[in-house]
Amino acid sequence: MNKLWLLLSMSLICGAAIAEPPGDPKAVTNEDGKYLDANGDPTFNITDDGTVDWYTFSGYRRYHSDCHVCHGPAGQGSTYAPPLIDSLKSMNYVEYLEVVTNGRQKVGASGNSVMPAFGTNKNVMCYVDDIYVYLRARTAGVGGTGRPPKKEAKPAAFTEAETACMGG
Amino acid sequence: MRSFLLSATCSLALLGVVQGPAAANDELMKMSADPKNWVMPAATFDNQRYSKLNQITTDNVGKLQVAWTFSTGVLRGHEGAPLVIDGTMYVNTPFPNTVYALDLNDNGSIKWAYQPKQDPNVIPVMCCDTVNRGLSYADGKIFLYQADTTLVALDAKSGQEAWKIKNGDPSIAETGTNAPHVFGDKVLVGISGGEFGVRGSMAAYNITDGKLAWRAYSMGPDSDILMDPEKTMHLGKPVGKDSGMNTFEGDQWKIGGGTTWGWYAYDPALNLVYYGTGNPSTWNPNQRPGDNRWSMTIMARDLGTGMAKWVYQMTPHDEWDYDGVNEMILADMNVGGQMRKALVHFDRNGLAYTMDRETGELLVAEKYDPTVNWTTGVDMDKNSPTYGRPAVVPEKSTEHNGEDVNVTDICPAALGTKDQQPAAYSPDTGLFYVPTNHVCMDYEPYKVSYTAGQAYVGAALSMYPPKGESHMGNFIAWDADKGKIAWSNKEQFSAWGGALATAGGVVFYGTLDGFLKAVDAKTGKELYKFKTPSGIIGNVMTYEHGGKQYVAVLSGVGGWAGIGLAAGLLNPENAAGWHAAVSQSKQPSVEDKVVSTAGLGAVGGYAGLTKYTSLGGSLTVFAIP
Repeated sequence: MNKLWLLLSMSLICGAAIAEPPGDPKAVTNEDGKYLDANGDPTFNITDDGTVDWYTFSGYRRYHSDCHVCHGPAGQGSTYAPPLIDSLKSMNYVEYLEVVTNGRQKVGASGNSVMPAFGTNKNVMCYVDDIYVYLRARTAGVGGTGRPPKKEAKPAAFTEAETACMGG
Repeated sequence: MRSFLLSATCSLALLGVVQGPAAANDELMKMSADPKNWVMPAATFDNQRYSKLNQITTDNVGKLQVAWTFSTGVLRGHEGAPLVIDGTMYVNTPFPNTVYALDLNDNGSIKWAYQPKQDPNVIPVMCCDTVNRGLSYADGKIFLYQADTTLVALDAKSGQEAWKIKNGDPSIAETGTNAPHVFGDKVLVGISGGEFGVRGSMAAYNITDGKLAWRAYSMGPDSDILMDPEKTMHLGKPVGKDSGMNTFEGDQWKIGGGTTWGWYAYDPALNLVYYGTGNPSTWNPNQRPGDNRWSMTIMARDLGTGMAKWVYQMTPHDEWDYDGVNEMILADMNVGGQMRKALVHFDRNGLAYTMDRETGELLVAEKYDPTVNWTTGVDMDKNSPTYGRPAVVPEKSTEHNGEDVNVTDICPAALGTKDQQPAAYSPDTGLFYVPTNHVCMDYEPYKVSYTAGQAYVGAALSMYPPKGESHMGNFIAWDADKGKIAWSNKEQFSAWGGALATAGGVVFYGTLDGFLKAVDAKTGKELYKFKTPSGIIGNVMTYEHGGKQYVAVLSGVGGWAGIGLAAGLLNPENAAGWHAAVSQSKQPSVEDKVVSTAGLGAVGGYAGLTKYTSLGGSLTVFAIP
C-alpha cells in the first residue's frame, strides 16, 4: 500500500501545480525493463519488429479491464467519456495521476460526465504507470488499437512490485 | 398449446381453493390465454414465445408492410419487447428507463409517460450497455425495474407510482437490466453485475405492496441460497450442507457472481420458478478454485417459499464467462419416446439441455453449434463420478494454461453460442427456434483485486468468426428430443434479436444489421424481410387490435454485441497498428489478425456493423394492409 499512499499524497501536493504538457516520449533510460523519458516519466519502448516493453503490454490489458467500458477501446472515447488519446496530448504524468486517483466530475447542461476515483482500486493503482505508458504509446500514434503482438519478457522487478502492491 | 391449457386447468383448480394469491395469477392466466394481448415478456409463463394468432401465414407474410412507428427518444441498446393490454401498448427504453403508454385506439398517441430520476453514476457500472429488457403487468399495475435497481409499480391507467422499492445497491455495482416477471402474487427481479464481483440473487416481492417475500442468493450459506441440504437435489443427489460456500476458497463466495438477469419461467401446476445464474467472479478462474456453486446453474424454486427443489450446474468452475442466465423454455413433449414435462435451455456454453422440469433429471445435452470446441460433451452415465459434467478439452482450458497465457481459438466466445436473446417454441412443429452467435475467442486471464463498485474482470478477450468462416451468426431450428439441428440459416452478424413462433406457421426474428425477418417454421425458407431504422437486439412480439394481427419489434443497436456502436466507439484497426509506425513494410502475421478487446472483447469482431447500421431507438409495427 506504500505506493498508493505515495500517489495519493503526491496528487494532493501536485494537483494545483501549473500544468506543463508532457515532454518527448522518447525513452532515454531503462530501469529493469521500465523505460523513462528525459523528465524521468514512464514511457513506452517499441522495437523495429513491433516488440513492446512489458509495461506497455500490461497497460493494454489493465486498460481494457478497467477503463475501456467508458473511455472506449484503446482510448478512443465514447458517447459519455473523452478519448484519452487526445487528453494525454496536453495532460502530463502528474495531472494524469491526480485524475485517476481522485476522479473528476463535470456536471452541466451538456450532460453528466462522471469519472470515479480509482485511488483505492488496486487493479488500477498497482498498474497506473503501465496504463499511462500504454496510453502514451497510443497518443504518440505508434500503438495500434489491438493487442500488442510481441512483448518483452515480464521483468523480475515488475513481478516483485506487483506482488507487493496486489498483496500476494 | 396443449401443455399450457393442461397446466392452466390444473392451476385454476388449485387456485379455486386458495384465495388471495389466486386473484393476480387468475387474471394473468386468463389474459395470457387471449392471444390478442401480449401481457408478459414472453407472452406466457412457459417462455414459449408462441402466439395462437394465425392471420399472418406462410402464404401472405410476403405482403407485410409497416403499419406505424414510434421513436423512443433514446439511443443505445433496445432489448426486450413492448406489452399490449386491452388496447394500450407499454414500451420502455434503455437508461433513463422511460415508460410510455401508447393508445392503440388513437394512432399510438401517448396516454402517459413516466421518466424516473436516476443517478448517472450507474452508467459506468453497467458492463454491456445500458439495456433494459422490458416491463410486466399484474393487478392494474405496470412494473418497471430500473438500472439503479429500483422496482416501481405504476398505475397502468395513469402512470402514477403505486409503490417503489430498491432491490440492490448501485454503489457496489448492483444494477438492474432484466424485465421483472410476475408469477402468482409476486413480482420477481434479479441482479446484474457479474463483471463487478456482485453476488447474484433472485428476489420475490408482493405485487400489492412491494414487501419482500423471499430472496435467494446464488452462493453462500444454506440460509442465503434457500437450499435444504437433504431435500434440494442436484442430478438425483442431495446438494449437502453449505454447498454454496464449500465450493469456493475462503470468502470468495461473497463476491462470487452468479447474477440473475435472464428471462424467468413458471409452471403453475408445479408452482416452480425456473431461471439460470451467471458467471462466477472473476473471469480469471485461477483466482477462485472449486466448482463455484451455484453459479452457471439452472434453478427450480418453489414460488411460495423460494426454496430450491432441484438445481443443475452446467459449467462447474467456469473458465470462459459462459453465463447460465439464458431462458428456460417449458414444454410438454416427447423425449426418448416418453411424454415429459420438459425444460429446454440453450446455454452460453454451446450446449442445449433438455431436462425433466419436475425432477431435474438430465435427458439430453448436445452441442447446438458444431464449432463448440471447449468440451467433448457431457457425461450422461448416471453411475459415473463425473455424471452431468462437461469434459473440458485441456488446450481450451484457461485454468489449465494458467494466468498470463493467451488461450486461442476457443469456441464459442464469451458471448456464448446464444446470449440473452430468447428462443421460441412452436407446439405445431415441435421445434425450437434459436437465434445464435457463431463467434470464437482468445482469452487471457490475469490477476485482479476486488474493489467494491469497480470492475472485477481479470481477462482480456478478442472475438472473431470461427476459422475459415465469415458469418458470425445462425438462426436455427432445434429438435430438443433428438438433440439435433433441424435446419440452419446463416446470418452475417450474430442473431441478437429474440424469436417469435406463430400458429400461422411463420417464425420471426430480428438481426443485428437491422432486418426483421420472417421464415417458414417447417423449412427455414425466408419469406419476408424489412430493414428497420437500426440494428435489432429486441424480441419480436405480436398482438391483435381491431380484428387485425400486428407484429412489432424494437430497433436500437447495442447490448454486448453492439456496445462498440452504442457507446459511439470508432472502428478498431487490427494489431498490425502496433508496428505500422516503425515498420511500414512488414506483412501482417497471423497474430496481427487478433483484434480489439473492447466491450469485453466484442468490438473487434463486430466492427463491420458500422457499415450496415447506426444508433437508433424505435418501434416498428407491421401488418398486412
